[in-house]
Amino acid sequence: MISQIKGSFLLKNGFVYDPISNNKEIADILIENGIIKSVGKCKYSKTTKQIDCKNKIISHGFIDLHAHFREPGREDKETLASGADAAFSGGFTRVCVMPNTSPPLDSPESIHFILEKALNVPIKIFPIGAITKGQKGLEMAEIGEMVNAGAVAISDDGLPLQNGQIMRYAIEYAKNYDIPVINHAEDIHLRNNGVMHEGVLSTQLGLPGNPDISESVMVHRDLEIAAFTKGKIHIPHVSTSKSVDLIRNYKKKGVAVTAEVTPHHLALTDANLSSYNTNAKVAPPLRTDNDRRALIEGLKDGTIDCIATDHAPHTIEEKEMDFLHSPCGMIGLESAFGLVHTILTDAKISSEQIIQWMTSGAAKVMGWELKPFAVNSLAEISIIDPNLQWKFSEQHIKSRSKNSPMVGMEFTGKVVMTILGEHVFQDSSIIS
Amino acid sequence: MSSLKNKHLLGLQNISENDIQLLIDTGFMFREVLDRPIKKVPSLTGKNIVNLFFENSTRTRISFELAEKRLSADVTNFSASSSSLNKGEGLKDTIQNIHAMKMDCVVMRHPSPGSCLQLSNYVDSIIINAGDGTHEHPTQALLDMMSLQERFNELKGLKVAIVGDIIHSRVALSNIYGLKIMGAEVMLCGPLHLIPKGIENLGVEVNSNIDDVMQWADAINVLRIQRERMGIGIIPSIREYRNVFGITQERLDRSKRAIVILHPGPMNRGVEIDSSVADGEQAIILDQVLNGVAIRMSILYLLLGAEEDK
Repeated sequence: MISQIKGSFLLKNGFVYDPISNNKEIADILIENGIIKSVGKCKYSKTTKQIDCKNKIISHGFIDLHAHFREPGREDKETLASGADAAFSGGFTRVCVMPNTSPPLDSPESIHFILEKALNVPIKIFPIGAITKGQKGLEMAEIGEMVNAGAVAISDDGLPLQNGQIMRYAIEYAKNYDIPVINHAEDIHLRNNGVMHEGVLSTQLGLPGNPDISESVMVHRDLEIAAFTKGKIHIPHVSTSKSVDLIRNYKKKGVAVTAEVTPHHLALTDANLSSYNTNAKVAPPLRTDNDRRALIEGLKDGTIDCIATDHAPHTIEEKEMDFLHSPCGMIGLESAFGLVHTILTDAKISSEQIIQWMTSGAAKVMGWELKPFAVNSLAEISIIDPNLQWKFSEQHIKSRSKNSPMVGMEFTGKVVMTILGEHVFQDSSIIS
Repeated sequence: MSSLKNKHLLGLQNISENDIQLLIDTGFMFREVLDRPIKKVPSLTGKNIVNLFFENSTRTRISFELAEKRLSADVTNFSASSSSLNKGEGLKDTIQNIHAMKMDCVVMRHPSPGSCLQLSNYVDSIIINAGDGTHEHPTQALLDMMSLQERFNELKGLKVAIVGDIIHSRVALSNIYGLKIMGAEVMLCGPLHLIPKGIENLGVEVNSNIDDVMQWADAINVLRIQRERMGIGIIPSIREYRNVFGITQERLDRSKRAIVILHPGPMNRGVEIDSSVADGEQAIILDQVLNGVAIRMSILYLLLGAEEDK
């Protein structure tokens, strides 16, 4: 349930975790009109509403660097409002939206449009501008004007930037604004008409394969350009072991590269396509278990900085098409935490570490300074029950689209409350 | 007569040796029917079958239609326009239409791999895969195996080579699955970039030297080279393909073994196969066509008819 809470309420006895300082304590947090009033042993009146947070982790709201909210143009799939609700119910308080809308976000006017539309939603929305006009990969868009209007990065996401010279220009030009350039790293010629990872399974299923080198070749090119120009790149949705190795090597050399991985690439493999499940058709494709494990290793050793959803809504009609025609993408905001918490705690990773990848890790990519729980600051909080066992179902989906291969999966760990100012999401388990 | 384990015939990947053998044996039973003066039996009287073809196919469609009519089924033919398919509308509309028409059986050819499996999730009808993109073409592989059994008496231990563009071939994949289940040895031969990754995991060998392969094989299944793949950088030229991989008369004459030649048709004479080879004594290409009708009668009978005998 998403609502607005005016007045004051107390988060009582929570395990308060600051992902920036890594500080942990059992404490209360008093919130008044959306502002954090005190942390620790709070003074409050008898009438103050109390929320029992015993055995729950209270942390900063999650940050997603990669989502598709489809507005303008495909409001039947998602709007800024429905996407915001999906994010908020998944624990996110900040989401960067990709510019591959219709028309694309390639001008300051379109950035203004997003920011104005996003004024009344429960989360903070940060638009990413296109690298090239119309995302055609030919001419640079008005990058400076878009940044001045509020764009936080540039990307032609969905459409890999093939022209290396344009990529070089964009990285050099963007240095002036200190924003990351995010290229959907894929050589479209090597991808060819591939619709799933190329390997034994694609051969068995008779589906055209997309080889892992279609990604790593482009990652390598972008890393070389970033090294050459001393510019800043962020590599989205890393899917292959080879890309992880490349990023690791270039990071060691001091190249300004950051990277993200999606929950689905951490949790699923090409085996999820064995019965042609179009909801598991995604770009880049789900890869092998070897890749999946390399991605987890990449997170653990800091090669990959954060987890980002690549939330990509599509209509039921589109996902009911045959496998070749069905579009790539899956929604992910509502299932993100449950999925990664289940998979990564299985891999002996702590809940706190996972929270870092969903908060401070993402903030660092964008150069944002977070001050979790600072007194007199706007409350921006996620509350997690790390032990709650739950089954992800359509009732948890707030997105306008339902294209998730996670429906029906059992998770351990759930966001039970999200707070941004006076906006509050409460899970049924915490309301009772 | 027992019927098959699976409700549908979606492919040969998950089918038992017993079921393949039963399909082939029943195929021979129907071959006898085809030799009678009156080639019609009442097995499927009152059954409604729709032949749903989203891709052009003369041979397979006619073969199915003939098999259905000789079993006395009621037959509806439906060919979808390629324009609606390009928009991706095909499958969903199909599903709704079949629901409405209450068909007992759908024979479907569709350019998208997995489409027959997807269809089977949405409708109650029995689904027969008549070719789903670059995935499977199980009825073709069954007729190939029936023709091989006719010639060699058994499939176990038989050395079968499949020559051509393997990666784009549903015939190759179904033959690999079926032949391996039946205990045959399979070798693939073709340009190496047209051999799919990981195919060795299916228990087959790859050898790109056609002359070596012809020293090994008991039978060669020659795949059609799609002319639309020529000249777009995938196959350098007809001349080069014929010289490197063509089943030419000279190669056949040079081979010490009396290799049996199969071809799923339609043939590009003078490209992947010489005319004289196609029309020669070692070719069983026309037997394949006749067996195609018989095996499809067998499939339809075992999936639709035999249930009433239970």
